[in-house]
Amino acid sequence: MMESRTAHAPRSSQQMGESPSIMSKRKAKDAHLPVGECITQVQRILRERLCHQQLPDKPEGVEAQQKHLLELLKRTAVHGESNSVLIVGPRGAGKTMLLKCVLRDLLEEKEAQKNLLQVHLNGLLQTDDRIALKEITRQLHLENVVGDKVFGSFAENLAFLLEALKKGDRSSSRPVLFILDEFDLFAHHKNQTLLYNLFDVSQSAQAPIAVVGITCRLDVLELLEKRVKSRFSHRQIHLLSSLTFTQYLERVQTQLSLPEDFPDTKFAQDWNDSIKTLGEDKSVEEVLQRHFNSSKDFRSMHMLLTLCLSRVSVAKPAIKPADLQEASRLCFADAKANMLHGLSILELCLIIAMKHLNDVYEGEPFNLQMVHNEFKKFLQRKSNSMYNFEQPVIMKAFEHLQQLELIRPVDSSSAKTQREYQLVRLMLDHSQIMEALQKYPQCPTEVKQWGMSAFG
Amino acid sequence: MKYFTRLRVRRVYRWRGEPVRFNRKLRTREYSSLAISVEGLPRVTVINAGQHILIEGEDEDNPYVARVVRLFGDESGKQKKAVVQWFVRVSEVPPSKLKLLGREPHPQEIFYYQGRSCDDEVNAESILRPVQVKHLDGAAPFPDSDDKDTLYVKLSWDSKSFKAVDSAVVESASEPAPASSLPPPSPTSRPKPSLPSSPPCSPPAAAPASRGPSRRALPTPDPTIMRKASLGEVRYRRATMSAGKAGAAAEAESRHSATKLSASKCLSAKRRNASARTPGVRKKLELSSPEKMTREDILDQLLDEELESDAMLAQRLSSSPPRALPLDQRLTPLRKAHRDPTVQDDVLLQPSIILNKVSLSETEGPASSARDEPTRATTPSRKKDLKTPREPVLGVLAEVDDENSPMLPAAATPRSSKRKSAQLVSSRIRKQLNLLDNQLDLNSDGEDEDEFIPSKKEMQSSSEEEEDGEEEAGLDSDEEVVAKKIRHATAGSRTPRSKQRTRSSTRTPRKTPSRKITPGTPRTPRHATPSIPSRSLPARQPANVLEEARARLHVSSVPESLPCREQEFQDIYSFVESKIMDGTGGCMYISGVPGTGKTATVHEVMRCLQHAADVDEVPPFHFIEINGMKMTDPHQAYVQILQKLTGQKATADHAAALLEKRFSNPAPRKETTVLLVDELDLLWTRKQNVMYNLFDWPTRRHARLVVLTIANTMDLPERIMINRVASRLGLTRMSFQPYSFKQLQQIIMSRLNKVKAFEEDALQLVSRKVAALSGDARRCLDICRRATEICEHSATDPFATGLVGMSHVMEALNEMFSSPYVAAIKCASVQEQLFLRAVIAEFRRLGLEEATFQQVFVQHQALCRVEGLQPISVSEGLAVCRRLGACRLLLLEPSRLGVLQRVRLNVSQDDVLYALKAD
Repeated sequence: MMESRTAHAPRSSQQMGESPSIMSKRKAKDAHLPVGECITQVQRILRERLCHQQLPDKPEGVEAQQKHLLELLKRTAVHGESNSVLIVGPRGAGKTMLLKCVLRDLLEEKEAQKNLLQVHLNGLLQTDDRIALKEITRQLHLENVVGDKVFGSFAENLAFLLEALKKGDRSSSRPVLFILDEFDLFAHHKNQTLLYNLFDVSQSAQAPIAVVGITCRLDVLELLEKRVKSRFSHRQIHLLSSLTFTQYLERVQTQLSLPEDFPDTKFAQDWNDSIKTLGEDKSVEEVLQRHFNSSKDFRSMHMLLTLCLSRVSVAKPAIKPADLQEASRLCFADAKANMLHGLSILELCLIIAMKHLNDVYEGEPFNLQMVHNEFKKFLQRKSNSMYNFEQPVIMKAFEHLQQLELIRPVDSSSAKTQREYQLVRLMLDHSQIMEALQKYPQCPTEVKQWGMSAFG
Repeated sequence: MKYFTRLRVRRVYRWRGEPVRFNRKLRTREYSSLAISVEGLPRVTVINAGQHILIEGEDEDNPYVARVVRLFGDESGKQKKAVVQWFVRVSEVPPSKLKLLGREPHPQEIFYYQGRSCDDEVNAESILRPVQVKHLDGAAPFPDSDDKDTLYVKLSWDSKSFKAVDSAVVESASEPAPASSLPPPSPTSRPKPSLPSSPPCSPPAAAPASRGPSRRALPTPDPTIMRKASLGEVRYRRATMSAGKAGAAAEAESRHSATKLSASKCLSAKRRNASARTPGVRKKLELSSPEKMTREDILDQLLDEELESDAMLAQRLSSSPPRALPLDQRLTPLRKAHRDPTVQDDVLLQPSIILNKVSLSETEGPASSARDEPTRATTPSRKKDLKTPREPVLGVLAEVDDENSPMLPAAATPRSSKRKSAQLVSSRIRKQLNLLDNQLDLNSDGEDEDEFIPSKKEMQSSSEEEEDGEEEAGLDSDEEVVAKKIRHATAGSRTPRSKQRTRSSTRTPRKTPSRKITPGTPRTPRHATPSIPSRSLPARQPANVLEEARARLHVSSVPESLPCREQEFQDIYSFVESKIMDGTGGCMYISGVPGTGKTATVHEVMRCLQHAADVDEVPPFHFIEINGMKMTDPHQAYVQILQKLTGQKATADHAAALLEKRFSNPAPRKETTVLLVDELDLLWTRKQNVMYNLFDWPTRRHARLVVLTIANTMDLPERIMINRVASRLGLTRMSFQPYSFKQLQQIIMSRLNKVKAFEEDALQLVSRKVAALSGDARRCLDICRRATEICEHSATDPFATGLVGMSHVMEALNEMFSSPYVAAIKCASVQEQLFLRAVIAEFRRLGLEEATFQQVFVQHQALCRVEGLQPISVSEGLAVCRRLGACRLLLLEPSRLGVLQRVRLNVSQDDVLYALKAD
C-alpha cells in the first residue's frame, strides 16, 4: 500500500551527468560488445528506468499541470509571491515525479537556483509538529544562527520559526519552498498548528513561501479545519490520468526500448526490433489489456516489465511473449490461495469444513467445536478413518490456521473463553478455496469432492 | 512662629478662578492660584504659582519651605495637588555635611534643594502659608533683621555639596522673565503661552533653572502647530527620505517625543551650547569650584539629574534606553539661547572651541563653514556627557520597580513619601508635560527645516550595543552623523508610545530601514533573532497589468483601508478608544466565519489608534497580539503576553504569576494595554484558567487592560465556557457577517485600485459565487488571482494580455469548486469502475449503505462476466478496492481484515452513476 519514496533526495544531477559519459567512452572504444556485456548494459539501463532512479525528461500527459506548477513556483522564486498548492492524484499517478521534474526545470534558472530554499517534509516521517518544526529548522539551517543554543521546548521552537518567517518580507528574503509529502497526515497533527502557520505565512506579508502538498486523498480539503482551509489558496492540481490503451502500449514500448546512444548499435537495433514485434503479439496485448483494466498506474506496469526483464539472459537475449505471460501470472497470483498449497490435508479439511459452515450459517462466525463436528460428519460418511485425528491435533491445526491468518477471531478481547469455543471467521473467499483445491498436489479425491459439493 | 496656632484650625482650600488647563491624559486640571481661608476668619491667603510657601511637616516649628511650581487638581476637585521646588532648612541638612559649608549657617538660611530623591508633588492641603524668601549673593552678609519670617537663599544643596545659586532661580515673583525661559517670538504666535496665567504676581518663566518652572513655562499645545506636526509626520512617513524633508519631519515628529524630551532637555541643549564654549571639555560639576558657578552649571547639574532619571525610566521600560538623548541635545531651544540676551552674553564671553554641530546648524546658518572640524571633535565629548548620567541608572532601577504611585497620592506627610517616589511621580508629571515640551521643539521647526544636511548614507545597526559602540568609536563623516541623528530622531520621536510597547513593536521604526539595507548582518548573540536569509538576487517586479493585478489581489497585500467593515471598525474603535481614554479595562468578543476580516479590522483599528496616539489624540497604549494557533499549548499564552509586554522570558507558571502581579498592582506610568487574542477557542483548557485570567485581569482596578478576542463561532462563550468565564467576558460582542456579493466586489475593486484587469461581469460572477458559498474574502481574492493566471496562459501573446473575462473566471471557479470525485471516477481503470458499480449493486441488494468486501466481490465477479472480462482474483480485487480507498472514493476498514473488511461509498451513489454513465 505504501510506496517507497525518496522523500528527501532531491534529484541528484550527478547521476544524470554520469551515465552518458560512461556510455560515450564505451562507444568510442568498441561498437560491438560481447552479448554478456550487452545484456548487463540493457539490464542496467532498463532497471534504472523502471525503478524510478531516473526522472523522465518530460512527464507525459501532465503538461498542463506541469506548466501550472512551474509558473506558480517560479513566481514564488522570482517575484517573491507566496502561494500554496496541493497536488492530488491516486497512488502511482506521478505526483512526486511531476514535482521533481518541475523543481529540476525551476532550478535550471539561475535566478531561482540562487534564491530558493527547500524544505522537504513527509507525513510519514514527521509524525507530529514537534518533529516537523525541528526538521524545518534543520533544513533551513536556522539553528546555526543561534550558535550553540539548544532549543528546549516545542513552544520555543515554534515561536522561533514563526519569528524567523515574520522577519522576512516579500522583496528581501529568500523564498522558501515547503514540500509536504503525504499532506493528509499533517492534517492529523494536533490543532493543525503547522499547517495553520504555514498557510498563514503564505497569506500574509512575511517571508515568501510556497507550500506544496502532495496527497492521494481527494477529500483532503475536508480534513482541514475551517480556519486552516480559509487560509489555503484552494489551488489543487489533480493528476488524473486519462490514459488510453494505445498510449499505454506505446508507453510499454518506449520503456523497453534502448536509447540511441547504446554502445552496441547492432544489439540495440535487434533489441528494439524484438520489442516492436513483442508489442504486436496478440497474447502480449491481452496480458497488457488485463493490466491496463486493472490499474492505469505506471508503477504496476513497471513491476510487470521488471519481472520480464529479469528473465532476459545471454541464452535468451530478448523478451518473449511467454515471459510477459509468466510475469503477469506472478503479478496476479493470489497470495492467500498460494498459502493454501502449503497446508496439510488436515488443515485443508478444516478449511473445507469452515467453508461449508459459512454456507450453512451465511457467514456467521463459528468455533473449533463446530468445525470439528462438521469434519466428523465428513469422516462418518467416509468409512475409512485415515483422517481420524485426536482432538489436540485438530486444535493444533486450528491454531496454525489462526497464525497464518486464514481464520481470525471475531473479537480479540474474548481470550478468556476456552479456545475450542472461541468464535472465528474464515478469511478466505470460496473462489480461493476452489482454486487451491484444484491446484493442491495429490489432493485425495474424497476431500476434493467434499470441497466441491454444495452440501457438507 | 505664628502659624502653629493655625495648625489646629481648620483651613479651607479652594481653587481661585477657572482651570487654566485640562490634561486629558491624567485628567487633571491646572489652576493658577489657590485660596486658603481659615474657618471663622475672613482673611483669605492666596497662593500663586511661583510663590514661596511653607508646607506642613513633621516639625511644626520648622515647616518645609518650597516654591510653588504648579497647582492642579483632579476632575472632581477633591484632590488638590501642587508641584513644588523644595528648599531645605539648615536643620534638614545632615550635620556632617554642614561642614562642607565652611562657615556657620545662618539660622534663617535655606538651601535650594537639588537632590533628586524627593517627590516634588505635594498635597495642596498641606500648604500652610506663603513665606518670604530672599536670594543673597554668595559674598553678601546675611541681613541683620528681626523678621523671622524671611528666609535667605545663598546656595543650593544637592545632598552632596553646596553650590552657588542664581538669583533667578530663587526669586519668585516680580522678576522679569529671565534668561532661559522661552522668549516668545511674538505673543500672537503663541495663543496660550504658559499655564499659570496670573500675570501680575507670577510671571510664567520665573525660575528657569529648576525643573518645575521650566516646565511650567512651556506653552500648551497650539492647534495650528499640532496640525503642522501631524502633517510633518505624515509627510515623513509617506515621503521618500529626501534629506531636507526628512530632517524637517524628524523635527516635527520630535514633537511627540514627549516623555523624555522634557523641558530640561531643551535647557540641556542650551547648556551644552553654552558650556561647550568653555575651553576644554566640560568638567564635572563637582570639580568646579563654587566661585565659578554659573547658571549654566546649575542647569548642568539639574539636567544631569534629569537625564539620569529619564535614562533610567527609559531603560526600565524599553530595551533601548537613551536613544533619544542625542536628539534631545540638539533640540531647538538653542536658538532661543542665542536670541536670549542673558545667555547670549554668557555665550559670547567664552571662546568657543567645541561646538555641537547640530546646535550650530540650528543656531546660525552662516557658521556652516565651521561645521566639519568641530563635529568630529564634538561627538565623542558629547558622548561622554551622555555616558556619565547613564551610569547610576541601574542602581535605582530596583527601587523604582517596586514603587507604587497612585494616581493622586494623598500625601499627608509630604516629604517622606515624596522623596521616596520622586522619580515615579516626576515621570508622571513629565508625561503631563509632554505636550509642552513638544511645543517647544516645534516653535523652531519651521526655520530649521532647511538647515539639515542631506544624508544619503543611512546607517543601521542591529542592536543597541552596536549603536552605542559606534557612537563611542566616533563617527568619521558628517553624513553619518546626520544620518544617525535622523535615525535617532525617528526612534526618539516615538518614545512616548514605543517605549512602553512590546519589544518588537518598539523596534519597528528602526527595523524597517535596517532590514532593507543590510538584512543579513550578523547579529550579536544576545539579540540573535532568526531570519530567513536574504535573497542574493532581487525579487522581480510585476511586469504587466495582470501581474500587477495579481500582486494587488494577494491576500497579504494590505489595503490602504478596509472597505465594507466601516460599522464594525467604528464599533471596535470607539470601544477601545473609550477604554483607553478612561484608563479602564474591558473585554470584547468578536466572532465571524473565516475570511470575514476580523483580524484585519482589529489591526486597522489599532493602526488608527496608534496614529491617534502619535498625534496625542489618545493616550499612548501598547498593543500586543497573541494567536491561539501560534502557540503549542494554551498556557503558552502567558509566556507570549509577558514576553511581548516586557521582553522577559519565563515559564508558563511564572509568567502567569508575573502577569497577575502586574495587572493587579498599581504601577507608575501604566499605559493601557490592548491585547488581541486571536483564535480564542484554542485557549480552552479543562479548568479554563487561561481564559478566566484573560477576562479577569481587565476587571482589576489597576489593570488598564483591554482584551479583544476573536473566534469563529458566535456562541462560543455559551458553548465552551463555564459560567464564571463567560460572565467575565461580558456581553460586548460583535459578529462579522459573511460578505455579501456587493461587498466582495467592492473589496476586489478597492484592491485593484484602478488597475484595469478584470471585466465587470467577471468580477460580479466571482463575488456572487463566493458570496453564495462562503462569503470568504480570501477565497474571492484567490479565485481572482487564479483567473489572472488562466488569462495570462490562454493569451497567445504573453505581452498583449487582455482583460480577465468570464471564461477565465469560470475556469478558475471550476478548478476550485468542482468536486474532483467525478473526474477521478472517470479516470479510474476499468476494474475500479466495475468495483464501484459492484458496490452500488450490492448496496441496492442489501438495502444498506455498507457491505463487506466479500459480498461486493461476488457482485464484481458477476459484473466481470457480464462485461466479458476475465474475472479477477481476490488479491487483485483487494488491490482495486484499496486503491479506491486510498483516494477516499471508498471508505474502508483497515486492510488487515482482508475480505471481511466493510466498504462504504464516500461519494453519493448518484455521482458514481453519473460519472460511469458519461463514458
